[in-house]
Amino acid sequence: MSTDSTTGARDHARSQVHAATMRIPATPPDVDRSRLLWAEAVPPGSYATRVLGRGTRLRLIDPDGGACAHLLLFRSDAPWERLNVADTVKVPWQAYLGVGHPLLSDQGRVLATVVADSSGHHDTLCGMTDAGRAKMLLAAVKHGLDLRDVAPSVSLFKGVRVGDDGSLGFTGSAGLGTAVDLLIHLPVVVALVNTAHPLDPEPALTGLDVLAWRAGEQLTTPVNDEPEYLRALFNTESTWAAAQTSEAIK
Amino acid sequence: MTTTELTVIADEVVDACAPWSAIVRAGQTLQIIDLHGNQAVDTLVWGVAGDEVDYRLRYSAQATIAAQRNIFLSTGSVLRAADGTPLMTIVADDVGNHDTIAGACSKESNTLRYGHHTVHQHACAENFLAEGARWGLGKRDIVPNINFFMNVPVEADGTLGIVDGLSAPGKSLSVRADRDTLVLVSNCPQINNPCNGFNPTPVRMVISAR
Repeated sequence: MSTDSTTGARDHARSQVHAATMRIPATPPDVDRSRLLWAEAVPPGSYATRVLGRGTRLRLIDPDGGACAHLLLFRSDAPWERLNVADTVKVPWQAYLGVGHPLLSDQGRVLATVVADSSGHHDTLCGMTDAGRAKMLLAAVKHGLDLRDVAPSVSLFKGVRVGDDGSLGFTGSAGLGTAVDLLIHLPVVVALVNTAHPLDPEPALTGLDVLAWRAGEQLTTPVNDEPEYLRALFNTESTWAAAQTSEAIK
Repeated sequence: MTTTELTVIADEVVDACAPWSAIVRAGQTLQIIDLHGNQAVDTLVWGVAGDEVDYRLRYSAQATIAAQRNIFLSTGSVLRAADGTPLMTIVADDVGNHDTIAGACSKESNTLRYGHHTVHQHACAENFLAEGARWGLGKRDIVPNINFFMNVPVEADGTLGIVDGLSAPGKSLSVRADRDTLVLVSNCPQINNPCNGFNPTPVRMVISAR
């Protein structure tokens, strides 16, 4: 097909999609398709970002066992409030992410809660490689943020454990087909980067699948009854309610 | 034989609960003396060019931990920016380990950890913001920090917490600047956990050059 004219170039550009293949993660069987908000396969070395509303359930899947999802969260309505990994481990008295663990902002609020996890291999301590930080910067800049906003991140699907002497052991992947679900409590910018874990001695990166759907009804049932979590929910709910106009409160 | 004479450039006592900051030039050493014992000294470091903060060269707890493959800071630990650039190196340590995973206290996180009655107590995040503003730093510049003299073990199941400190009156730690740096400190005002022995006290800062 000739591209020596604008019409030829246009025809060529438009024809490409017919021969292309693109995998879209399947809608989970327990999710009503009309509630689906996002379905994207993130190739190795790439990134994805989206604004997600309060009450969204975000599912990250490691279909082939080699993904490493580095995650940052910013409040989309107040992006100077962001994930704080130190508070995320200190406040719940727990360094390792699992079901019921909140991802806390620097303002004492829950941006997201881990509500399902079949991996258990995650890390809050090591951050990203240079390649990962470069992608995260792009994700941040696209939301009007900059390098200063690329704060410490969490890593999903690649595990690290701390020895008695403080040393780090890399525990790698839990295997293929695991998933982590996050319930989003406040409107957030989600930035996801699928790049190697910095301690991975032999990164064999594979794709990351992302799904999100409306699940606002799940906000009414706390998945954790620890006092720190309940106070974080109180801060979150009261802040959200206070910012709504009277007519919009539901 | 050569003698290495130390020239003291600054020798200051930081009041209990107060912030502090100083430029520490390449090759200079900052000694932090825990005058009364078990006083957490929350610390952030940036590279500077002249007296201008280079916000790209910000201390990264994660880069520091990943490079040394250990969560504890002690002699030999290199304090790194996110891209791995060495900012400072710990060259002497009377204590043995220092925290960099538990971050700073804030009024907001205090409400989660201890209850809403603590929301108007002073906190390290307030010190960082107030003192950082003097250098043109804002909220987005403040990240998880170092807690010198703070003891945060991580147990096998991941349980972690601030427990009684390993420091004692007069113990100290020295960091050498690997490049020109800004050191931003909050002498921790926390009164709800053992990081300051439930009693915040002054610390002494001595900057020396050879």
